[in-house]
Amino acid sequence: MLLRHTSKEVKEREGLTINPAKTCQPIGAMYAALGIHGCLPHSHGSQGCCSYHRSTLTRHYKEPVMAATSSFTEGASVFGGQANLLSAIETIFSVYDPEVIAVHSTCLSETIGDDLQQITKKASDDGKIPEGKYVIYASTPSFVGSHVTGYANMVVGMTEQFAVSTGEKNDKVNIIAGWMEPSDMREIKSLASRLGVKIVLFPDTSDVLDAPQTGKHEFYPKGGITIDELKTVGDSKSSIAVGCITAEPAAVALDKKCKVPFETVDMPIGLSATDRFIMALSKAGGVEVPAELTAERGRLVDVMADMEQYFYGKKVALFGDPDQLMPLTEFLLDLGMVPKHIVSGTPGLRFEKRMKEILERAPGANFKNGPQADMFLMHQWIKNEPVDLLIGNTYGKYIARDEDIPFVRFGFPILDRIGHSYFPNIGYAGSLRLVEKILGVLMDQQDRTALEEKFELVM
Amino acid sequence: MKGKEVMDTQNISLLEGRQKQVYEKTAGAPEGDIACEKTSLSGSVSQRACVFCGSRVVLYPVADAIHIVHGPIGCAAYTWDIRGAVSSGPELHRLSFSSDLQEMDVIYGGEKKLYKSLIELIDQYQPKAAFIYSTCIIGLIGDDIDAVCKKVAKEKGIPVLPVHSEGFKGTKKDGYKAACNALMKLIGQGSTEGISKYSINILGEFNLAGEAWIIREYYEKMGIQVVATMTGDGRIDDIRRSHGASLNVVQCSGSMTTLAKEMEEKYGIPYIRVSYFGFEDMSKSLYDVAQHFPERPDIMEKAKEIVRDEIKQYYPEMQKFKAALTGKKAAIYVGGAFKTFSLIKALRTVGMSVVLAGSQTGNKQDYKNLKEMCDEGTVIVDDSNPVELSKFILEKEADLLIGGVKERPIAFKLGVAFCDHNHERKIPLAGFIGMYYFAKEVYESVMSPVWQFAPRKGGVK
Repeated sequence: MLLRHTSKEVKEREGLTINPAKTCQPIGAMYAALGIHGCLPHSHGSQGCCSYHRSTLTRHYKEPVMAATSSFTEGASVFGGQANLLSAIETIFSVYDPEVIAVHSTCLSETIGDDLQQITKKASDDGKIPEGKYVIYASTPSFVGSHVTGYANMVVGMTEQFAVSTGEKNDKVNIIAGWMEPSDMREIKSLASRLGVKIVLFPDTSDVLDAPQTGKHEFYPKGGITIDELKTVGDSKSSIAVGCITAEPAAVALDKKCKVPFETVDMPIGLSATDRFIMALSKAGGVEVPAELTAERGRLVDVMADMEQYFYGKKVALFGDPDQLMPLTEFLLDLGMVPKHIVSGTPGLRFEKRMKEILERAPGANFKNGPQADMFLMHQWIKNEPVDLLIGNTYGKYIARDEDIPFVRFGFPILDRIGHSYFPNIGYAGSLRLVEKILGVLMDQQDRTALEEKFELVM
Repeated sequence: MKGKEVMDTQNISLLEGRQKQVYEKTAGAPEGDIACEKTSLSGSVSQRACVFCGSRVVLYPVADAIHIVHGPIGCAAYTWDIRGAVSSGPELHRLSFSSDLQEMDVIYGGEKKLYKSLIELIDQYQPKAAFIYSTCIIGLIGDDIDAVCKKVAKEKGIPVLPVHSEGFKGTKKDGYKAACNALMKLIGQGSTEGISKYSINILGEFNLAGEAWIIREYYEKMGIQVVATMTGDGRIDDIRRSHGASLNVVQCSGSMTTLAKEMEEKYGIPYIRVSYFGFEDMSKSLYDVAQHFPERPDIMEKAKEIVRDEIKQYYPEMQKFKAALTGKKAAIYVGGAFKTFSLIKALRTVGMSVVLAGSQTGNKQDYKNLKEMCDEGTVIVDDSNPVELSKFILEKEADLLIGGVKERPIAFKLGVAFCDHNHERKIPLAGFIGMYYFAKEVYESVMSPVWQFAPRKGGVK
């Protein structure tokens, strides 16, 4: 039990982070890059970074995650990593034969001042990039932002470096996916197809990180947006950025480069956010929402109504990443629950501002993000003001166990359960699943702790 | 759309420049050493980690110390409670402390932040000591962590130990060395009063799933005092007085031989290498310790009794596993090479042969031994990657892969059974009971009915 290590008294800490509610940029860049078909992510730094990112993604997805590393040595750190990256590019194309290498930097390569744009250009000038193949890059130093901003940076990279404008618009809508699960990306494609909107979704990790067993180890599973498709996003009639932190920067970059107007929506988690997403999609596609989707929405509302007594007034502590936390908090409020403590290690003014707006409906809620907004603080808050439910990634299990709080796993990383990458967490279907999960743990707790005479068969 | 789907790993050739690190034992194969102990090729999909990782895994199980990772958040986040090293008391090691360096800290230096973090932590937790791991970026910006450590140690009156583990400064092995350096600074600081002449330190045993407890109990039953375990279920005070022991017993030789050698030099404590995996090696590790105390034949008698009783207890079950597993083939890819030797022997006791044997950090002698030990046709690899692993697993028709977290899904995608022999194992595999668990796990995975649905070896059955 880690319980005894957490003190109740909350003190302002000057430097220390205890049990982080975030991790570093490169892993986000690696995950985003896997959403391009035939892409090999490349970590420009020491071997450890690449190894840790691959391990964490492997634990979360239970899938082999491929990525190469520049394998920095002391020499590289003194003389710069250009030689390492150039030889890496050569090695990768000759042996692993990807369509594209997506390079991201690390705190090490950033600090020694390696310029990925310049090195990539040199690789191209030196003829190290075969005809029809590509090297893209994103700057992702670990001492800035978090895994979340690393994802956003790589999506900006793929947009800026692939999108071209032919001057002729097509009838497609870009959906720029913020950090979500392969199942969520699959759900977006399904929703668009049910609405009858032609979309280009990127990045797209479905069929990459939820691949079937084939008896072979496939280096490049069949999923992911192809380079050819990525090139066309500059000609799409508009973009919808799903997530203002992880997706919008790419939409802005695309608008700047190819004049593709965009709208940003919250990640469709919960009823209201899904409504807004569906409306944005129907508006962008110029289509009516089909009755089938309205019925799906109706089923979610029906369940919310059927179960309202179990949600009302229940206090919730939640932690995770901005694009999930904002709509999730809103959804909890819509369910009648009370978001009490909210923590995210990811810094950002925009996130702070929006959370404050949402939390106007929850007076007295604690919210902190950025440095020292960590799981230790979350635990302290809970000790001072207990909650009925905890929602967050796997690391929440320590607090849930110590304090005996019902716990729903949601977000990244989930290292100790499956399902997150197979069943959607977004849209009406994902929201219904979330409602079911919340009710499940609340009811389990009730059954476990009810007095003998109060233990009942029905809800 | 280009048809990349056909690009499975069987169609990718061996990495150029890696041929010398791969060897197939066949009649007429070229003599000579397997290339090893070199840094991985830039651009390879290596399964290896870095110096920091090496230090972290060795020191991690010291449970009454705080471990603070000085650098940006990633290194601390990824090593938060990933090694199932359990403690019988305090659990400070399972928390993740970081100075979480931001851009401004990188520009102006992180010493002040580290100092403040340390003071905050020590005040809060009253630990017995503190380990400060310097990450890549610290080596570059040149924070003088030694000075900070000295200052805090003086102010707070506990050992505050710098661990120079900048990721780029070598391989995981160099991290082991940095960890041993830190431990060496503790050793010799405590009183050796009350330490018996018949005493040992257990080195290179990290108490994954409680393994150190099993081993410790055997030795104690033999009448041997265990002074310190480094570092499984480790305590600072035990480490400080460990120089009072008569013998060092080293299991994970890759990580702890440096320390054993230094202790031999400085304190005259001899060391032996042992392994706790498999009946054969486990028994030998008890006998070897007993032999060190010839004037006490009762110790040897007791060791023999333990071996006899334990094997008697598990033998019948083992025969059941053996009957089912005989003729099946295994592939091994683990961190340390010494572990590979034991695994080969352990697999042979359950009737399995080894078709692929590799490690991330083996040295020349390790691979020489492996060559001698392996059967004809076995492939031996150093610093391998997913391409080679899956290629050889399929070619050699392995029924089982033994590896760690990154190898697990590869085995499962191929439709091959898997056994974790790394950080994430949930049950102890050391000791006699550990061998039983190991055989059981291998048996259960190999015999799982799920493989009948797997399109093994590329074709649907």
